[in-house]
Amino acid sequence: MVASNTNPKSKRIVIQPVTRVEGHGKVTILLDENNKVKQARLHIVEFRGFERFIQGRPFWEMPVVVQRLCGICPVSHHLCAAKAIDQIVGGENLTPPAEKLRRLMHYGQTFQSHSLHFFHLASPDLLFGFNADPSIRNIIGVAAEYPELAKQGILMRKFGQEVIKATSGKKIHGTGAIPGGMNKNLSIHERDELLKDIDQMVQWSHGALNIAKNYTLEHMDTALEFGTFESNHMSIIREDGAMDLYNGGLRAIDKDGNKIFDHVDNQKYTDIIAEEVKNWSYMKFPFIKSIGTENGWYRVGPLSRVNTCDFIDTPEAEAARIEFKDITGGKPNHLTLAYHWARMIEVLHSIEKIKELLHDPDLQGKDLVTKGDRRDEGIGVIEAPRGTLFHHYKVNKDDQVTMCNLIVSTTSNNEAMNRAVQKVAEDHLSGQPEITEGMLNHVEVATRAYDPCLSCATHDMAQMPLKVTLLNVDGQVIDERIKQ
Amino acid sequence: MKRINGKILLIGYGNPGRLDDGLGPAFASKISMMRLNNVTVEIGYQLAVEHAEMISNYDVVIFADASVSGSEPYQFTDVEPTLDASFSTHSVSPSSIMGLAQNIFHAKTEAYLLTIRGYEFDDFGERLSPQATENLHSGIHFLKSALGTTSYEVKS
Repeated sequence: MVASNTNPKSKRIVIQPVTRVEGHGKVTILLDENNKVKQARLHIVEFRGFERFIQGRPFWEMPVVVQRLCGICPVSHHLCAAKAIDQIVGGENLTPPAEKLRRLMHYGQTFQSHSLHFFHLASPDLLFGFNADPSIRNIIGVAAEYPELAKQGILMRKFGQEVIKATSGKKIHGTGAIPGGMNKNLSIHERDELLKDIDQMVQWSHGALNIAKNYTLEHMDTALEFGTFESNHMSIIREDGAMDLYNGGLRAIDKDGNKIFDHVDNQKYTDIIAEEVKNWSYMKFPFIKSIGTENGWYRVGPLSRVNTCDFIDTPEAEAARIEFKDITGGKPNHLTLAYHWARMIEVLHSIEKIKELLHDPDLQGKDLVTKGDRRDEGIGVIEAPRGTLFHHYKVNKDDQVTMCNLIVSTTSNNEAMNRAVQKVAEDHLSGQPEITEGMLNHVEVATRAYDPCLSCATHDMAQMPLKVTLLNVDGQVIDERIKQ
Repeated sequence: MKRINGKILLIGYGNPGRLDDGLGPAFASKISMMRLNNVTVEIGYQLAVEHAEMISNYDVVIFADASVSGSEPYQFTDVEPTLDASFSTHSVSPSSIMGLAQNIFHAKTEAYLLTIRGYEFDDFGERLSPQATENLHSGIHFLKSALGTTSYEVKS
């Protein structure tokens, strides 16, 4: 796709769609007459309008309906909506079996999502190099060159999906979480089936962690400059400062690790976060209100969670976190490529938590639902694989949803992804007489590190090829590349 | 008529919330009701990488999907494994899945794609268009014949 040039002295390059990310987006890079990058932007080109679409629907449908935002991270939307609707039915203080079952589902989701991203979307870049032949730099290339790794990735993803199926009834778009609790427990048979493979999964998680860690350490020169910049970071955090992917207060830190806010009741998120709209993207730009739009943007996701937490409450992931923090002397790590390392720390954490939960007899409990006084508003916040996710609903006396606001994880990383794209474009494309596929892949690698789920903003049924067009200063096409 | 034998996996996929895109799941659901001993039915929104491992445990896999512009009422074709460079977790083709199954899990599985022609895709709704419903029944009749199970009645 070629965007129109408003300035006759500039050239515009468009990458659409960005490949090996979840959903569809495009990147435009505007060059001046000397081929220097003037501006680079990640656009979200789909529009779905889920927030409007569900108005008028009964609130109890939300955990099932809203997860259809996405076929990849539906569990995060399922659970986040359920947490919000818990409040509407007065059932936010879940019974221990219900909360543990939801946590098990959530760790299964994080485990499968991170595994899939690392092995099947990111690993081709890490194993073959950003400039490698694109006919090899893909999952088939990994399967041919590193079959054992590719196999592990598939079986780790499968294990996570089995955890989801056992807790929600289905691998995709399950119905386990209901207002105020869960509709099923984990049978002894389901538990034992999962336990058969758990030690293998722990071992493979260590292997994946080592790949990500060693890649970062061995390519530190690249990592230090590749799409890297200082930023604020945000996540939810447990009361004692531990990483908690399911529940907690909001914590944000600045580039030096100083707390901007801490343990903020997530019901008051609108007091501290607002969203800015820009006319060139369907994705909003959230920011910390007290700092403002210019400098209040922040990052979320694995890198941010490892940066914001004081510790991880599973021993092997905690040892990995300490090693991770050592390379920055305990300060926040701002390396975009370190997202992969942080993501694999969370894979290890998730499988440790799954193992711990599978040995908990509460999972066979039968006290699964609680209710209390009905309210007209509910807010759910959860750490989805890609970062902090907010679901906010208001309902009327007829139980219909009258307002819905969703801040999805990828939205919070919007500004950061745009900065990463800008920096990589400046570093790798500026001044080049010809734009190669390898150069363009550098831009995609920077975006891919965030594991963006662009489908969580909108959805498009169509298949779109990757089309890159280079225009000269007069607006004429001088180079064009298409990737199906 | 080709006769399909052995241990069979049927994967029906598509989005039942997008009208005729639900043809694949609807087809798989109907076949599931036949409770055939040698046929395992899997229903999903999309193909996923873990299907590669599952497929390797079967003699035959049949992918059932809706088609936007294919032959009416259905089309039944072989699926050849491909080394497909394009891959995303939102969109994996049957040939890519077979490529993964063959490369990683050494699958010897025969693969077929049954595409049933649909007509309405651009709206939300959990129903099939009348013509798509007719095509669905034609596809079921075809597969029953191919499986040698014409004596089974599909419960609606």
